[in-house]
Amino acid sequence: MAKVLVVTSGKGGVGKTTSSAALGAALAHGGDKVVVIDFDVGLRNLDLVMGAERRVVFDLINVVQGDAKLNQALIRDKRLENLSLLPASQTRDKDALTEEGVAKVLNELREKFDWIICDSPAGIERGATMAMRHADVAVVVTNPEVSSVRDSDRIIGLLDSKTEKAEKGDRIEKHLLLTRYDPARAERGEMLKVDDVLEILSIPLIGIIPESEEVLKASNMGSPVTLNNPASAPGRAYFDAARRLKGETVELTIPTDKKGLFGKLFGRRAA
Amino acid sequence: MSLLSFFNRRTSAPVARERLQILLAHERGIVGGKPDLVAQLREEILAVVRRHVMVEQDNVQVKMNRDSDISTLEIEIEIPAPVPARA
Repeated sequence: MAKVLVVTSGKGGVGKTTSSAALGAALAHGGDKVVVIDFDVGLRNLDLVMGAERRVVFDLINVVQGDAKLNQALIRDKRLENLSLLPASQTRDKDALTEEGVAKVLNELREKFDWIICDSPAGIERGATMAMRHADVAVVVTNPEVSSVRDSDRIIGLLDSKTEKAEKGDRIEKHLLLTRYDPARAERGEMLKVDDVLEILSIPLIGIIPESEEVLKASNMGSPVTLNNPASAPGRAYFDAARRLKGETVELTIPTDKKGLFGKLFGRRAA
Repeated sequence: MSLLSFFNRRTSAPVARERLQILLAHERGIVGGKPDLVAQLREEILAVVRRHVMVEQDNVQVKMNRDSDISTLEIEIEIPAPVPARA
């Protein structure tokens, strides 16, 4: 059965779009039919991160308002044929997203796909609430940093009160995805540790994505990091997270500082 | 930088730069003169076709590829067979 997954965070710049693209590509790589929807109306970027920016013809708002059919607006990925993108509008206003319109689009997508990944905009306004409204599962993207953790806590509160599932008295499945984790800094006590964040937010952990230059390289190339460099540390971490989303049990190890004693003695980086 | 990566310099930043230049030229309306020229072309072409034949929205496929030198707009319209005239 199709699952609607929202990737959300409250705070901007923590890696929602990167994670939406990477998880979408990882799930599609495993054979599932996946569509990733950009809900950031007016400031779309998922198309750019996925390398489809030159091919956008219609967008989510066109479909919501009936100006285009779904199959006309879906952009099929050139690398993975079972991965599609539904871009956000760059010119329209976010108020054009109506709850009924979004519900109709999602229901139509449920017929065609196994995973519908809603890439939420930052903030807690209409775009963000529309992205989470009909979700079955939520991935809360958090950086080990005070303002990100606080905003995630706020978003978790909204997931538990403002979603369709919550209003019906059901529980929405929530997972924490810790991104931009720097083990060396965590070990030096300069960054919140995994356990600190887990204790504060108290939702289960779906993955830890280490801080890596591979993420920027992938977005430069317009390719999800799971496709651009699947063997890289973030690539593998996203693949593992995708398998956990599918219900598989995959051992989760907290990344440690790879440098040995030698590196610790001589390889200190400037803070 | 290792010796290997020195000789194998396929860096990603130039790719990012080029992609952004093409995209932003289109979004600012530098290419084609209007910010959403292609969308306008699409609407007007469809309107002209609709003046002559009934076109179901389902039977229209629009593809686009924006590039630095040339952009392509591909519109595929299925035109229904004419209803045979009654005797």
